[in-house]
Amino acid sequence: MHPALSVIFFTTLSGAGYGLLFLFGVGIASGLWPQLPYEVIMPMTIGFCLVSLGLTASLSHLGQAQRAWRAFSQWRTSWLSREGVASVVSFLPVFALAWLYFTPQIGGRSPLAQRVLGALLVLCCVVTVYCTARIYSSLKTIRAWHNVFVAPGYLLLAVYSGGLWLWALAAWYYRNAASGLDRLGLPPLLLGAILLAALLATVLKLAYWRMVDHDQGPSVASATGLTGEVRAFEAPHTEENYITREMGFVVARRHAGRLRIVAMVAAFLLPPTCIVLAVLFPALTWLLAPLALLVGSLGIFVERWLFFAEARHVVTLYYGAQRA
Amino acid sequence: MTSLPAPSATKLGLVIDLDTCVGCHACAVACKEWNDGGDFGPLPDTDAYGKHPIGVWFNRIHSFEVQAQDSQPAMTVNFPRSCLHCETPDCVTVCPTGASYKRAEDGIVLVDADKCIGCKLCSWACPYGAREYSEQRGVMQKCTLCVDRIYNESFDPVDRQPACVMACPTRARHFGDLGDPDSAVSQLVAARGGVDLLPELGYRPVNKYLPPRPRRAGTPCGTPKAASAEAVDPAALSPLLRWVDKLLSR
Repeated sequence: MHPALSVIFFTTLSGAGYGLLFLFGVGIASGLWPQLPYEVIMPMTIGFCLVSLGLTASLSHLGQAQRAWRAFSQWRTSWLSREGVASVVSFLPVFALAWLYFTPQIGGRSPLAQRVLGALLVLCCVVTVYCTARIYSSLKTIRAWHNVFVAPGYLLLAVYSGGLWLWALAAWYYRNAASGLDRLGLPPLLLGAILLAALLATVLKLAYWRMVDHDQGPSVASATGLTGEVRAFEAPHTEENYITREMGFVVARRHAGRLRIVAMVAAFLLPPTCIVLAVLFPALTWLLAPLALLVGSLGIFVERWLFFAEARHVVTLYYGAQRA
Repeated sequence: MTSLPAPSATKLGLVIDLDTCVGCHACAVACKEWNDGGDFGPLPDTDAYGKHPIGVWFNRIHSFEVQAQDSQPAMTVNFPRSCLHCETPDCVTVCPTGASYKRAEDGIVLVDADKCIGCKLCSWACPYGAREYSEQRGVMQKCTLCVDRIYNESFDPVDRQPACVMACPTRARHFGDLGDPDSAVSQLVAARGGVDLLPELGYRPVNKYLPPRPRRAGTPCGTPKAASAEAVDPAALSPLLRWVDKLLSR
């Protein structure tokens, strides 16, 4: 599948945004965290910006973006429509939390209202990211997407990349903290959760690649209704067409092995290494946390690019593929 | 609405005979010509007269080769590919705007170009490559089964058929109601063992493909005889030819 940059930016940016808002919501709902104004305002603002940027990027994928409002109408059948609705609904708890926070005389810093809104935000984030994943995993035409690994993968990567953002924000705020361990920025529980997410994502991704590489899809014989040994002989057109451009992307498969290693190392190995190093040398957290975010985001971008570029569409059977 | 309608009794579609298709592309050209000016047009091309023309066609003619097997010789099969107007198409249900729809009355799958946002998801959902995105128009386009011909009362009844069917010089394309078991197309499918493409994906295509008829047993067309034909038995030749053969073989 052709890896459209607009779609890849959308899934990586909004994924990180929803992950950040998710963690923020968990903190509010559980009442454990956050406490300081900075810890409330920054995740909320950055999360809101990432999500909005992602959604804007996705609009540039459309041929008729001015009609995008129509996409809210078909939530009964379409995961894309459901995702659109969920993404807009997700803004409501963010706005409500901001309103409560900035007008304490009205909200009276009501912990209950805040906790309920935090829980709602958590739910909205999970639902939105799940809908995004289902857009892809519901397509029976693409074996690399139509499987059980895709939805957990999207959810896990969202939380993980959101966690890296959260750590970078916290580390910046606590860069001059008196105690060394305070400079870590996040409580050990949260840092542990990021490490766990990285580990789970690694296992999931390896299992995913194992499945994708071994299973076989429909054959060219089935696609043509012919029996015996069937091979595409001549294409209908000498130039490319929309189908071969959009579904017949093959560049990545040639470099897939190397790119997979790049994705794994950058996304799931280096950021946890940064966390471990920060625990050992807390004074360097101000450098390590943004580095983890940068490298991790890059790795996730490559992973997401591969997710598209490696995926083989069934229609390629009509253009020379034996199995899809 | 992108919810699928209840299955209609009438299922209009095409039956394509892979035995008689000669791969002339007349159906594809007729389709492009009609639909460029029809209700669902235009079908603009980029760089139409340049080095890299690209544009929307609703119908594409591939060719495949089938290796020899048992008594059957190797052959090439011309393979027209267009929308199969599936009974349970995902291209309709994935559409976020309701632009993609399946008609309740006859099962034709259409795109309302005024509602389409050009997200391309329907083309990802179609295994048959039936939907092509128009860069110029920013919307998805697809075969309409010439809905603007088949119900067109300004045409003589004999002309109320899809343009591709009208154009086919070998009558390899047939149009009719595949929901009616007694219709000519349904009888043809039954008689010739018509098949669904990619049945395992479960979209239940309405269009059927008639596989090539088995070649007659014992026909020499598949066994290359060239090598053995070259060998000449001089004893079997007339004296004059034997002398010529001897002379030329020196």
